[in-house]
Amino acid sequence: MAKERVLVVGGGLAGLAATMQLAEQGVAVDLMSLTPVKRSHSVCAQGGINSVNDLTRQQGDNEYLHFDDTVYGGDFLQHQPPVKEMTEWGPKIIDLMDRLGVPFNRTPEGYRDQRRFGGTLFKRTAFAGATTGQQLLYALDEQVRRWETAGSVKKYEFWDFLGPILDENGVCRGAVAQDLVTMEIRTFAADAVIVATGGCGLIFGRSTMSMACTGSAVARCFRAGAKYGNGEFIQVHPTAIPGADKLRLMSESARGEGGRVWVPRIPQDPRPPKQIPEAERYYFLEERYPKYKNLVPRDIATREIFSICTEDGLSVEKDRLCVYLDLTHLPRESLNKLGGILEIYEKFQGVDPREVPMKIFPAVHYSMGGLWVDYERTPAGGLKLGAIKNQVTNIPGLYAIGECDYQYHGANRLGANSLLSCIFSGLIVAPTVQTWIASLKGKLAADQPAALYDAAKKRHQDEHNAMLKRPGGGENPYLIHQELGNIMTKAATVVRHNDALRDAYKQVQALEARAAKCSLSDTGNWTNQNVVFTKALWDMFPIAKCILKGALQRDECRGAHYKPEFSMPGIDASASPEERRRLAEEWVDTFDANTKKWLKSTVASLGPDNEPVITYEDVDTSLITPRPRLYGLVGADIIEEVWKQRQAAKSAAPKDTNGSHSEKSAAAAASAS
Amino acid sequence: MIQSTSHDSSAHDTHHAPPAQFTVRVLRQDVPGGSSYWERHTVKRENDMNVISVLQRIAANAETADGEKTTPVAWDCNCLEEVCGACTMVVNGKVRQACSALVDKLLVDNPEEIELRPMTKFPVVRDLMVSRARLFRALQKVKAWIPVDGYYDMGSGPRVSAESQEQAYPLSQCMSCGCCLEACPQYTKIELKQEEGETAEAFQARQKEAYDRGFVGAHAISQVMLFNKHPTGAMNAGERLDALTAEGGIQACGNAQNCVAVCPKEIPLTTSIGRAGRATTVHVIKKFFDR
Repeated sequence: MAKERVLVVGGGLAGLAATMQLAEQGVAVDLMSLTPVKRSHSVCAQGGINSVNDLTRQQGDNEYLHFDDTVYGGDFLQHQPPVKEMTEWGPKIIDLMDRLGVPFNRTPEGYRDQRRFGGTLFKRTAFAGATTGQQLLYALDEQVRRWETAGSVKKYEFWDFLGPILDENGVCRGAVAQDLVTMEIRTFAADAVIVATGGCGLIFGRSTMSMACTGSAVARCFRAGAKYGNGEFIQVHPTAIPGADKLRLMSESARGEGGRVWVPRIPQDPRPPKQIPEAERYYFLEERYPKYKNLVPRDIATREIFSICTEDGLSVEKDRLCVYLDLTHLPRESLNKLGGILEIYEKFQGVDPREVPMKIFPAVHYSMGGLWVDYERTPAGGLKLGAIKNQVTNIPGLYAIGECDYQYHGANRLGANSLLSCIFSGLIVAPTVQTWIASLKGKLAADQPAALYDAAKKRHQDEHNAMLKRPGGGENPYLIHQELGNIMTKAATVVRHNDALRDAYKQVQALEARAAKCSLSDTGNWTNQNVVFTKALWDMFPIAKCILKGALQRDECRGAHYKPEFSMPGIDASASPEERRRLAEEWVDTFDANTKKWLKSTVASLGPDNEPVITYEDVDTSLITPRPRLYGLVGADIIEEVWKQRQAAKSAAPKDTNGSHSEKSAAAAASAS
Repeated sequence: MIQSTSHDSSAHDTHHAPPAQFTVRVLRQDVPGGSSYWERHTVKRENDMNVISVLQRIAANAETADGEKTTPVAWDCNCLEEVCGACTMVVNGKVRQACSALVDKLLVDNPEEIELRPMTKFPVVRDLMVSRARLFRALQKVKAWIPVDGYYDMGSGPRVSAESQEQAYPLSQCMSCGCCLEACPQYTKIELKQEEGETAEAFQARQKEAYDRGFVGAHAISQVMLFNKHPTGAMNAGERLDALTAEGGIQACGNAQNCVAVCPKEIPLTTSIGRAGRATTVHVIKKFFDR
């Protein structure tokens, strides 16, 4: 009898977690990756991984508050049950990674040390120096190597996933892929295909992401009929180091350890930063957000840094937008914990950040959106583990986990939550895939007709051959990629305007038509990176269009998606109490109306004309009632008062089945704002 | 502790303006085992350039310095911030990561030209891309992992002192880039050819065997020390020491100390090798008396 096999595409944290878990359960795994899995983009995650821990617990923290911070930070756009389950798994996941040998920083007594990250008031983040992602990835890489040595995992490194193979019933039965060295195209029969291929930062040209993060694998699933959720939610990280080839991340942990963001009050003050006296420095985040200070959620920090440069004209430099991120006031010993990231700054800028404030600016960093996936909730509001629906795309047998799914971060991801969601989704997909395979009742991929695989292979081989025979003198794929990046960065990052988005969509369409006329400078059939890049470029267009169209249609501000035209300003503090009250009532009315209209997931699918078609889907917010995100808003106090009174009135009303939750969320609202 | 890196001492004394353009000489090779040849490219200088952005410009241009059409140079890279270990190559005669090789600093040493070559200790796949399969095979050989019982929730890991964490963390930053192996006189290239009629599996098995007879190298020895110091990893310390005393083990080290000089992460490789030497000696004697 044929044995079941699973194909995991992508060997970052999510893919490796899934592989190791499946291997432990005795399922044979083919693990495919563009790079040796140890070189996956997860290594770039710096700051840490969140979970409730024994220490924060005694300060009043619990899983529910982590859950609440995550959905509040994400502006309530994520389905709540998977998030609740994830935060409940947090402590277990850190324990597991600890057992796998991750060198987490330690307290003098030998316990895991924790730091504070954005969007929370607790020190919830475990870390290993400033290369936590690298250390977590290595621990999983080592476990997978152990299984590989034992023969239960077969790695296909330097392979490019070309697309899923669906049978006549639309069930995924494997995939087609190409060897990046020999250029051989072959099929992989698989009873489940798990896509774990990360973000799509390269669509924006330069970002904090690695060169493998083209989004092409996801686009190939999208072309095959998979839905793409919340595409317009792209996180722009507040602090990155500008560079010619990429924008290198400067971790939030720099602020977590006490780093302060400021600009000189005198525009482009020519003095060296350390000679500018305190009184002449504008610590704008601290002044505007006295509670969270430098650790406001990322979308807010990003917009503030962006607007202090563009609107207030206070950029440190004239020709290049940047602000100071200052660590120089901190004792050197405390900076040791940040070693890795300070080294990066020093290496790439030639300046010691312990001595001179760093110059940083926001950069595209993370895609909250991704392949639409399903889940099954328990009556208590958690995930039913092992349920066939968890992490599955709308194509049966095709799963998505990690950054390339849309599930966990809503409209904005909190710092140090991505490593958690990657490992979590990787671990839980394994029992789900087993349930799925059991439901196949022995009708395994290995028993499918060869014609199914032969046809898929032939189609991709023909396409590939046709590409190599393209006439010369056409468009240059590398230059088209730069143009695409410029258009996307301009229209769809920090601040979005409808006319600009409409324009950008047309430009991207025109660019796609030009990209179809690309000529190859390498027409050979050995390690041809030119043809591989061109294919990836082509597949950037559908996702780029999902991002633009989703952003264009969403007429509101939510998390990372900010349209000034639809922003809700605060309430003037100088107005009379009655006036303030009236304005707050109005504010809450508008908020309620907006929630009704826009608290919906964007779900894109590929239309017959090859353009994305967008529908909207309700979000399960049954556990925590969506409430206004009031971080630092002027008049937050009065808005909150009105809000709470209305909530209290609602829960006093009969037929409220979620009474306990509403109470809790009101309490959380009080503590978080 | 972190100097402005051993690579570029003269970074800050750029008195004269950098040139508007410069030449890049690349040692190319079309196929494994094929002959290599030099190709020259002219690249316009831009701010904040590194060798990666130079190779990106060369790919986009696809034309030699003499104006002849050419194919893009093949090379390996991913993170571009010196944590993934992919883009190792020989830049101006020195093995290092291409991403942290900043053009302006290289041009201070030689304003005319930048020279790029593939590593010499690994088989060339194409141009600057090499196969480092042997490097990863060494991690299998020395069992570089913590053999946990399983992935069910068993509570937290062992308590670890801050001091041992501070020793382990630098070793754990090894990104398998291969610089230490390129610099090592005892690490010599092993390049096999798939024979006619030989299946891919048979070829892979033959490669593994050959790799296992070759020197494991400083990176793998250091990983043994990392795992043997971990409280759980120490339970299987003997197996890892066995691997280090087998053929291709620590005895092949000639103590040239080149490895530690070129490690981009400044991992104390020679300290690891010293400790491994003592540990294997004790291990062998102990095994002799335990027989």
